[in-house]
Amino acid sequence: MADVPSWAGEEDAPFWQGVACGELRVQSCARCRRLRFPPRPFCPLCCSPESAWQPMSGRGTLWSYVIVHPPLVAPFAELAPYNVIVVALEEDPAIRMVGNLLAEPHGPINKVKPDQIRIGARVKAVFSEGPGGLRLPRWIYE
Amino acid sequence: MLKDRTAIAGIGETSFGKLLPASEERLACEAILAALDDAGIAPREVDGLCSFTMETTDATEVARNIGAGDITFFSQVGYGGGAGCATVGQAAMAVVAGQANVVVAWRSRKRSARSARIWASAADSVAASGRWSRPWGLLRPADEVAMLARRYMHQFGATREAFAEVALALRAHANRNPRAAMYSRPLSRDEYMTARWVSEPLCLFDCCLESDGALAAVIVSRERARDCRRPPVYIHAFAQAMPRQIYSMTNYFCEDPLRTPSFVCGKLLWRDCDFTPADVKVAQIYDAFSPLILFALEGFGFCGRGEAADFVRGGRLRWDSGAVAVNTAGGSLSEAYVHGFNLITEGVRQMRGTSTAQVEGANCCLVASAEAVPSGALLLRS
Repeated sequence: MADVPSWAGEEDAPFWQGVACGELRVQSCARCRRLRFPPRPFCPLCCSPESAWQPMSGRGTLWSYVIVHPPLVAPFAELAPYNVIVVALEEDPAIRMVGNLLAEPHGPINKVKPDQIRIGARVKAVFSEGPGGLRLPRWIYE
Repeated sequence: MLKDRTAIAGIGETSFGKLLPASEERLACEAILAALDDAGIAPREVDGLCSFTMETTDATEVARNIGAGDITFFSQVGYGGGAGCATVGQAAMAVVAGQANVVVAWRSRKRSARSARIWASAADSVAASGRWSRPWGLLRPADEVAMLARRYMHQFGATREAFAEVALALRAHANRNPRAAMYSRPLSRDEYMTARWVSEPLCLFDCCLESDGALAAVIVSRERARDCRRPPVYIHAFAQAMPRQIYSMTNYFCEDPLRTPSFVCGKLLWRDCDFTPADVKVAQIYDAFSPLILFALEGFGFCGRGEAADFVRGGRLRWDSGAVAVNTAGGSLSEAYVHGFNLITEGVRQMRGTSTAQVEGANCCLVASAEAVPSGALLLRS
């Protein structure tokens, strides 16, 4: 499927299919319902191999961030300094994702001023094109 | 139990530097032969070989080059900078178990060329372990550790002053060590605070050097060690740790990402140990990035969780502070970055009393491998 990057793991496809239609999806255990991320074949709580994918609200809080400076490789070198953040999801704060904080939904990853990035701030998911045209979940302040 | 039943009988190192002309294979054999000579053990007596999965020099090449005898124990440990202590610890286990008598652990690495940096190809080839971080531009080990460092600062109220304490103490140690890359380059607090960012909150001086070099250690039984050329340095305790739900380098996805490997490693290390953290006057702790030392000081119990920034204040990591001297040859930040194997050789020198920043009265030395990956630790004693 074109929406799923070639390097995706065999459990990952539903995540990327969700991204393609503007929905943040997280894998869960079909037996005990526990959410898990990154995707993997077995539930760490009950060891069930059966999983189901759940749509998330797309809301979370900023857990940590870095401002990346050179030396870097293309295509990121020309964007530096830019931010990378980790977001804890509202549904389960132990489910965290790496992303970027944008000033506006389709903006670049280097527009929010570093002194405006706050751990604990509420953010919501947006979907925009990253390197190589791949659509990625990213974040803006709620 | 391993306790004092084996010892490091010899250590060897090549010179460290940028763009050394010799191949990694040649450097590896040079360091191994130096370590065997240091111990006074003939290469044909070697029957065990242990290194890193990332080592490019194959064990058979080493065995052929040095003229080793029949090898009955060979092993490799994974996770890059997490592997160092375990190469020695697993060698010790092999000797105690009777699988081998003379085991060589080594690491040879040429990393100073830009093309040798693993992350240099990261953006276009999203490796399996990076597929949940690299597409967003989290590309280099510095970025991956900076994310944990920023969270640490937020969670425990630490500031860059704590990272500076680490960088300045290690640089001061390198300034006493003629073999260190930064031997003749003092570092001031001002220079630290105004240095360029690499991945904010980490600046240039929070990041390790890029070096070429090789090192080796020879592990034998305590009985054999007593007949060797140098005084034995006993392997008093050894532990490995892969905390539950860990992700190597990008450990953001588990319940408590700042519960680093040393929290687990420490529990096992101290369990059968005659020493407590309060007895440890010198430690060699993996320092690809300065915050990793703060994490380890907490994990190994030198201070409480979240207290490392206070603990290191006022130069307490320096060799003559009387607290706990850390990385007394300069470490990865200021001596050389050879995947932390130089921490093991410096630990041995401290126990022999031959360090260039010798800690008075130190009768044991903690050596700890990398905090951001599955890791290991040794407690050495004289």
